[in-house]
Amino acid sequence: MTTTTHGSFVIERRYDASPRRVFAAWADPAAKRAWFAEGEGWDIRSFELDFREGGTEKSRFRVTGPSNPFPPETTFGNETVFNEIVDNERIIFTYSMDRDGARFSVSLASVELRPDGSGTRLIFTEHATFFEGGDGIAMRESGWRELLDKLDEHLAAAA
Amino acid sequence: MAFQALADPSRRAMVDRLAQGPATVSELAKPLAMSLPGVMQHLAVLEASGIVISEKVGRTRTCRIEAKALSQAERWIAERRALWERRLDRLGQFLDETKDD
Amino acid sequence: MTKRSTTHATFVIERDYAHAPAKVFAAYADPKKKARWFGGPDEWESAHSMDFRVGGKETSTGGPPGGVVHKMSGEYWDIVENERIVMSYEMHLGETRISVSLGTTEIRPSANGATLVYTEQGIYLDGYDDAAAREHGAGELLNQLEAFLNAEA
Repeated sequence: MTTTTHGSFVIERRYDASPRRVFAAWADPAAKRAWFAEGEGWDIRSFELDFREGGTEKSRFRVTGPSNPFPPETTFGNETVFNEIVDNERIIFTYSMDRDGARFSVSLASVELRPDGSGTRLIFTEHATFFEGGDGIAMRESGWRELLDKLDEHLAAAA
Repeated sequence: MAFQALADPSRRAMVDRLAQGPATVSELAKPLAMSLPGVMQHLAVLEASGIVISEKVGRTRTCRIEAKALSQAERWIAERRALWERRLDRLGQFLDETKDD
Repeated sequence: MTKRSTTHATFVIERDYAHAPAKVFAAYADPKKKARWFGGPDEWESAHSMDFRVGGKETSTGGPPGGVVHKMSGEYWDIVENERIVMSYEMHLGETRISVSLGTTEIRPSANGATLVYTEQGIYLDGYDDAAAREHGAGELLNQLEAFLNAEA
């Protein structure tokens, strides 16, 4: 029996960089890999980015580290299709997350960039659909402390 | 509703403490610079929302967290949000580091 | 320069059909069947194509004769036979993209036959469309689905 849950959230950030530079960090494969994929403590097995409308981004990785509850060979996959790209202003994409080939979520997300003084305000919105048995990725460390940090920001955003 | 119960910084601090393990009411009160009745009021809100369970043994009331209080949907979203929070923080670091490019 | 804007909204529509889940699912999975109920008014000139598998695409174009073309282009992201279909889709009016959505169709057995729950999470672009109109349109499609299922029986 399948179970499906839906939810949305918004994150806002201000960067001390022009919209052009922020946009480039999403558009350039080396740049995107650096901040998006690396640094989670994940072992990135592959990362490909074809940044154009209708283009795809595909990455595969393994979760490492002492708190990883998954069998060591567990491979996660992230597949993105870019629905809309407006240079320096807006990116809309759909992406899925798989665990050993089993899809556990599909999301629709938008990134909006707005000039803010000498910097950029970024608004990230995600509409996520979660499936049964996914168990997330960050669930490995679903300590309350971390969860509460997120709730903090959820509340700040909702206020 | 769990989110609303956690809207108060003192209540979040109490839950944060309980995340490390059960605690007595006076242990919860200690870092908060708050009177025991004040702590009891917050505790009542947390108990009403189902986040915290307390039990009185003798003269001591011990509190612990009830992890199931957050729905699966709330947990999913909190996790996904956390992932993107970290990514967008790293984007900021990346932009800082490549400033002179 | 166009003033860019986005509106985000989610709606849920639930229907109960006097038909088995497998029959409801087939109305989505079989291109010939889906073309019968999925589309605009009968007087529209329209075309439909679909490849019902994960990663497969679907397009539906149509519009009043001589009028602006409405184009739906979608992609399947998850399919569980007789239970769930997840599809993303874009709507274009002429050359303008007016929305991007993620739609989940869940089908469950009910005492009557099948309960269908359709959840759509959408981003409406630059003021061209809105969730209320979309929800109305999605409801119309589910009415057409029911009429098709009843006629098929």
